[in-house]
Amino acid sequence: MVGLIVIAISSCFVSNVVLSQFLGICSFLGVSTDIKTAAGMGGAVVFVITIASFVASIINNYILIPLDMVYLRTIVFILVIAALVQIVEMFMHKCMPALYSALGIFLPLITTNCAVLGVALTNAQNEYNVLESVVSGFATAMGYLIAIVLLAGIREHIAGNNIPKSFQGVPIVIVTAALMSIAFFGFAGLM
Amino acid sequence: MNKYTERIYNGIWKENPLFVLVLGTCPTLAVTTSAMNGAGMGLSTTAVLIFSNLIIALMRHIIPDKLRLPAEIVIVASLVTIVDMLMAGFTPALYESLGIYIPLIVVNCIILGRAESFAMKNGPIISLFDGLGMGLGFTVALVLIGAVRELIGAGQIFGFQIMPSFYTPCSIFIMAPGAFLVFACITALQNKLKMPCATNGEGLAKEDSCTGNCMTCSMAHGKKD
Repeated sequence: MVGLIVIAISSCFVSNVVLSQFLGICSFLGVSTDIKTAAGMGGAVVFVITIASFVASIINNYILIPLDMVYLRTIVFILVIAALVQIVEMFMHKCMPALYSALGIFLPLITTNCAVLGVALTNAQNEYNVLESVVSGFATAMGYLIAIVLLAGIREHIAGNNIPKSFQGVPIVIVTAALMSIAFFGFAGLM
Repeated sequence: MNKYTERIYNGIWKENPLFVLVLGTCPTLAVTTSAMNGAGMGLSTTAVLIFSNLIIALMRHIIPDKLRLPAEIVIVASLVTIVDMLMAGFTPALYESLGIYIPLIVVNCIILGRAESFAMKNGPIISLFDGLGMGLGFTVALVLIGAVRELIGAGQIFGFQIMPSFYTPCSIFIMAPGAFLVFACITALQNKLKMPCATNGEGLAKEDSCTGNCMTCSMAHGKKD
């Protein structure tokens, strides 16, 4: 149990997926214009990464490792994730229309999000079992959700500020991310 | 300049994948802690890019249109697996320091971007040169960023001491926040100099450049002309 909590805290805060591992930067910078959209994107990422790390760790632990085919990991994972996102999208469209209308538009974007593959590979490299993988995946995705919602909140507030002309637009967002990254550095003291 | 050297010039300068198209920011920020790591990442991406462009251009008439993306992903993932094994065997130290970012070359948008926008529409030889140019452009960009971060953060470039001994290295530049700071300064500089760059909102508005906004991105939605 303690092990699981350590995994959760470390993947959510200490090695935050965006701010210290730089995965999913594109959507982090692109979809963080307002809090509502950011929360939608974050929610979809939590959903997909949790399911993807569950499926990927089952495949890794019960198919690839027993058959001694670990070298196929990258190929298998990327295909499984791409297929999985399609299936999740179709399933939600049919069975959960309310959730689909909230998260649906973000789902296709997530296939190309390197965070999903990154988490699956990290889990496999750390030799987590299925439960640990799910916890780690969920916590990592929560880290993404927290980071993107915080960034969106800050962006809404700095929108009216007097920013040097060269830094307007994308540069100031990256500077904001840098400051958030310094703040998240503080969590390293937890471990 | 013939059309082959033009592709290389295009990749390194005119449409530099990192500075102009702003593709592949994730590995850029993550591995540029030193010039050496930047060079390693850049060259392994170049190797994948050359062969993926070549193979996809050779197979462009065979691949059915509906299976285009899965087919491309399988080709790229196979190449990345080969590079991954070669690096584990021959450059263990570099392999160790690049870690998870080597398998993540699969999802580097430069590779699928070039496959979609160039290799699917052009012959194999010119696609090979396009891959070479884009890869070298990416490598140059990574080495530059890596050198700046290493110089400020450790006082060295490629492991050689550059700064005088009284210089106290500002080690935050080789840690995570430094990556963001350096990258922000580069985009700000490009804004200032009005250089063509996808993040400027002006200049390039090409389909294969990343505007950072996935919501409006035609590639993410799978729309094709």
